[in-house]
Amino acid sequence: MSLPFTIARTHLVSKPKQTIVAMLGVTFGIGMFIAMVSLMTGLNDMTEELAMTSSPDIRIYHDITADRPSILEHVNPQGINLVYHTKPKNESQKVRNALKIAEMIRKNPDVWGVSPQLTSQVFYNYGPVQLNGTIAGVDILEEDRLFDIKAKMKEGRIENLIVNPDGIIMGKGLARKLNAKTGDRVVITTPQGFTMTLKIVGLFQMGVGTIDNVKSYANISMVQNILQRDKSYLTDINIKLKDFHRAKAMAPQLQKTFGYKSEDWETANATMLLGVIIRNILTYSVSITLLIVAGFGIYNILNMTIMNKMKDIAILKAMGFSGSDVRKIFMIQSLIIGLIGSIAGLAVGFLLSLLIVRAPFDGGDVISIDHLPVNFEAKYYIVGIVFGVATTAIAGYMPSRKAAKVDPIEILRG
Amino acid sequence: MQVLKAHKVSKYFYEPEKFKVLKEIDLSVNKGEFLSLVGKSGCGKSTLLYVLSTMDTDYEGELEIAGQRLTGSDQNQLSKFRNAHIGFVFQFHYLLPEFTVLQNVMIPALKLAKYTLREIEARAYEKLTMLGVQEQALKPSNKLSGGQQQRVAIARALINDPDIIMGDEPTGNLDSYNTHVVFEIFNELAQRYKQTIIAVTHDEEFAKKSDRIIEMSDGKIVS
Repeated sequence: MSLPFTIARTHLVSKPKQTIVAMLGVTFGIGMFIAMVSLMTGLNDMTEELAMTSSPDIRIYHDITADRPSILEHVNPQGINLVYHTKPKNESQKVRNALKIAEMIRKNPDVWGVSPQLTSQVFYNYGPVQLNGTIAGVDILEEDRLFDIKAKMKEGRIENLIVNPDGIIMGKGLARKLNAKTGDRVVITTPQGFTMTLKIVGLFQMGVGTIDNVKSYANISMVQNILQRDKSYLTDINIKLKDFHRAKAMAPQLQKTFGYKSEDWETANATMLLGVIIRNILTYSVSITLLIVAGFGIYNILNMTIMNKMKDIAILKAMGFSGSDVRKIFMIQSLIIGLIGSIAGLAVGFLLSLLIVRAPFDGGDVISIDHLPVNFEAKYYIVGIVFGVATTAIAGYMPSRKAAKVDPIEILRG
Repeated sequence: MQVLKAHKVSKYFYEPEKFKVLKEIDLSVNKGEFLSLVGKSGCGKSTLLYVLSTMDTDYEGELEIAGQRLTGSDQNQLSKFRNAHIGFVFQFHYLLPEFTVLQNVMIPALKLAKYTLREIEARAYEKLTMLGVQEQALKPSNKLSGGQQQRVAIARALINDPDIIMGDEPTGNLDSYNTHVVFEIFNELAQRYKQTIIAVTHDEEFAKKSDRIIEMSDGKIVS
């Protein structure tokens, strides 16, 4: 063991209280960092997953709310055209040639699955209860490929839909509100006033209130039938990619190719994902603040130690220790404090995370979770220890450099 | 044989105003000489000692110790040189309080790293025995009496077999009994082991008994 290390260790051991206080500063900082980052990234992952379950990677639809220039602009492009109270044109939400488009998109090697479908606002009537919600006419096998519905079925099987042309698979929350069970028949009323009685053949639960409480799946032809539309009436093409991060880049290409609005999941869930950014900012700013405070603690303690050890430093230098030897002695002290403090901090963080993940948490109607999501990735533990050691190294460097510059004559002459 | 040679050493203090403390001092010390530097307060004797010790590099003139020219060497070289060639005894013992007596004596040798740990320990015991404090070897250094601490400090100065021992008022903080003991030790070192010693002192008794007295006044050697 090298001499500076031995001296550094002796210094630390001879003042155990001071050493432990300095280490606790780091331990607390790193522990909080780990606990926070674990919970926050856990929440972020959950948010992302929810975003993925509630919306396809890319959705192509006919956006009838889009701003259209008045016809006057075509006729008289140079003039000042004022048109008051323009109303949207009576346009169908239909995506023309949807099946053809789906077929073309399927050929793209990046695409995992394509599900052309039609959706509509409807009322669900069961006895005296009337609720509004949505119905999606889908090829259930394609939809399963996109959203893994099989795994989310609480009652019944998705194949039931194929064998029952008048069946629907209903969100569990919606069924609960209607007080309807599998096998019951519910009446569907469209905005246009058409009604149809359908049989519940299964219940699904995505885990997100905004879907489970409003949505049902039925066969494409049945929904076309309810809406009194022809066989080519489809309103949405949902796409799942092999790598969902590519959605943002691909959506504009699709929009350009097919002329219909195509929206990627990040845009569709912008508010949800804003939370991710805010949580990241919070995590890192709080953690860095804690570490800086710990760093100042170490800086202070080392400074005090060095003040008290002026004589020792002077005699060491007289006896032949160079400035860098002296600097090493104090740097080693701060690094030992940092390393042990950080390792203890990782343990504290891990224990805190275990506590958090065990605490019961009711997501209510919005999200079906019973405890908070916590991320136990090793990556953050490595970041933690690097942070901890780096902070102590910086905090220790300045006092150590001062120690290295001590002029022995000034002290030894008294 | 000359161990130390100083040629035309001058030094200035700049605070509060420029002042010439040492005025072209020539000094040579032979091996085995026990030399006392005396003079009134402010005559520059301590200043001279610190220049000779290589710790103070802000001087004019030339300094040579053990045949090695030291003027103009950088701090790291000088640190190494001090470690191997010079032992220090100050008015206060300056033992490191967290370490045992034995560890304190061993530290300069561990720094030099010329011998193995076992050899260094044996040598440290040898020096402590020579100074009659071997019984205290494993005690924390701050548990010893003042006289014992000073003897440990001398053992520490001797551990690397230095060419010169430099003392800045080595008996300044001791009672007459311990002053006598320390003087006897220095004397024995010089006589028996041919150890060169340069000591700054106020103590006339102490100075009188040494081999050679150099008296300084106003930055010059007067006798």
